Amino acid sequence: MRAMSDTPAPLARHDAYPDDLIRTILRSTKSIALVGASSNPARPSWIVLKYLKERGYRMVAVNPGLAGGTILDVPVVASLKDLAEPVDMVEIFRNSEAAGPITDEALALPWKPKVIWMQLSVRNDAAAERAEAAGVQVVMNRCPKIEYGRLSGEIGWQGINSRILSSKKPVLSTKGVQKLTIAPRGPGRG
Amino acid sequence: MTEQNPGFSTLAVHAGAAPDAATGARATPIYQTTSFVFDDVDHAASLFGLQAFGNIYSRIGNPTCAVLEERVAALEGGTAALAVASGHAAEFLVFHTILQPGDEFIASRKLYGGSINQFNHSYKNFDWHVVWADGEDPASFEKAITPKTKAIFIESIANPGGLIMDIAGIAAVAHKAGIPLIVDNTMATPYLIRPFEHGADVVVHSATKFLGGHGNSIGGLIVDGGRFDWMKSGRYPMLSQPRPEYGGMVLGETFGDFAFAIACRVLGLRDLGPALSPFNAFMIITGIETLPLRMQKHSDNALAVAKHLQAHPAVEWVSYPGLPGDKYHDLAKRYSPKGAGAVFTFGLKGGYEAGVKFVSNLKLLSHLANIGDTRSLVIHPASTTHRQLTPEQLRSAGAGPEVVRLSIGIEDAADIIADIDEALASI
Repeated sequence: MRAMSDTPAPLARHDAYPDDLIRTILRSTKSIALVGASSNPARPSWIVLKYLKERGYRMVAVNPGLAGGTILDVPVVASLKDLAEPVDMVEIFRNSEAAGPITDEALALPWKPKVIWMQLSVRNDAAAERAEAAGVQVVMNRCPKIEYGRLSGEIGWQGINSRILSSKKPVLSTKGVQKLTIAPRGPGRG
Repeated sequence: MTEQNPGFSTLAVHAGAAPDAATGARATPIYQTTSFVFDDVDHAASLFGLQAFGNIYSRIGNPTCAVLEERVAALEGGTAALAVASGHAAEFLVFHTILQPGDEFIASRKLYGGSINQFNHSYKNFDWHVVWADGEDPASFEKAITPKTKAIFIESIANPGGLIMDIAGIAAVAHKAGIPLIVDNTMATPYLIRPFEHGADVVVHSATKFLGGHGNSIGGLIVDGGRFDWMKSGRYPMLSQPRPEYGGMVLGETFGDFAFAIACRVLGLRDLGPALSPFNAFMIITGIETLPLRMQKHSDNALAVAKHLQAHPAVEWVSYPGLPGDKYHDLAKRYSPKGAGAVFTFGLKGGYEAGVKFVSNLKLLSHLANIGDTRSLVIHPASTTHRQLTPEQLRSAGAGPEVVRLSIGIEDAADIIADIDEALASI
């Protein structure tokens, strides 16, 4: 679960991320290519795809075995170079070693994603350095669903420690009663 | 307040409790409802499939209980928590998640009498087997480990004697064997001791005691430390194997460092059912807001009473780790430097009869089977909480015939001492 890729100098700046940085990324991102998508509802990648789609992100699934089909009505392509249009974020749902070549593939595209995000337990510091050298922001070893749930306050409904204190009420989604959003909290909102 | 580490007192007031999203209510509302409407059919499917955060039915989760869970997870420094109907329910769900039939766990002999009963007798029906070890000697835990051992269980401050356990020493034994250390932190509360900082993997509480603190509500908590690898050995199938009731989901893989708390909720609480009432959760949340103030006062008062008893002619001995010279004083200074808690025992020179008379003579202290109330409490374990134990078990649990247990409240220390003196004068 916690296997990290071997690199000479671990990037300490990737051991922890400020909440504001994660919040800014998740707010500014509109489209996400999820590499390693699964069609099995018991798999974390399926659950994350569904959650992010419900939160309004335009999703594309990447899985060569399922290319041409759909998962949860999301189109599936074989690889990043088959994407019909650019995406803001590439999310890597593969192991830490595989994250290296996938990062390189993303960096070789005619357009660049703004963010490369490696899933919880996935970390490849060498790939992160290459992406950052190309001007792409990197988040590693984090789950976007957990982070969204933490920042919105939803995750507390399951007794999980969000580590966030606030005297401002969380903002309800307009799409349902039991959904909170990461929109700015404060008077007159929500 | 999101980018710094808030202090304990701030967490005690705020953690888990933003204003209510729907109404803006600033105090945590009591969501006294069995069930919650779904946004649509797909949302219901997501909730039942553990794919979305949300509420279904108050046996599985409730927004008032969730505030209590996040509050205690934050105070303990854990990743998540689960609120349940009692401290006993917390222990039961933890072991249900860890043990399979035929498995063993090791527990310190120095435990709350109710836990000793639960482990010795009720657990036999599940083919779960407790092996007792000497809480004062980490090596005795190591000797007790067999291929069937799945966990070690101790209390941070042991009931009834107020003994301080070497949590780090025992955690090292557990981790060498690849098994988790479970710590009952009821007597210390995270204000005095945070077991995760010393290597514990799971913390349980009877919230009935100091967390709630006012003697009005039964409740329990399970806190996930988030560091134990439940997947690695394959010996914890509830977390490491695909769960048929959730379409083959592997909880340890899907829920990362809060998987243990989720497993206790969706496999234990859901199927076995000891849910906490939202009203009790509200009472315990309210109590926790003053936990740091109360625990300091409890500890300061207890030290004053213990010092007084130590000098009293009717008293043979006092066992309180806060006293210089006590057997556990060095461990107390290491693990519980702010104070040694409210609960301790002392021995009367007059033995069993003197114990019975003393509790009858008291006018301010209440004779009852609880600890961790604002009120000072007293009990004579040999004739009450521990009476189901054999004489040998009584001795090893620190509850011999002459032993009186006190749970010192937050009244004025002088009044507590005056009541004790008066009762001792006529035994």
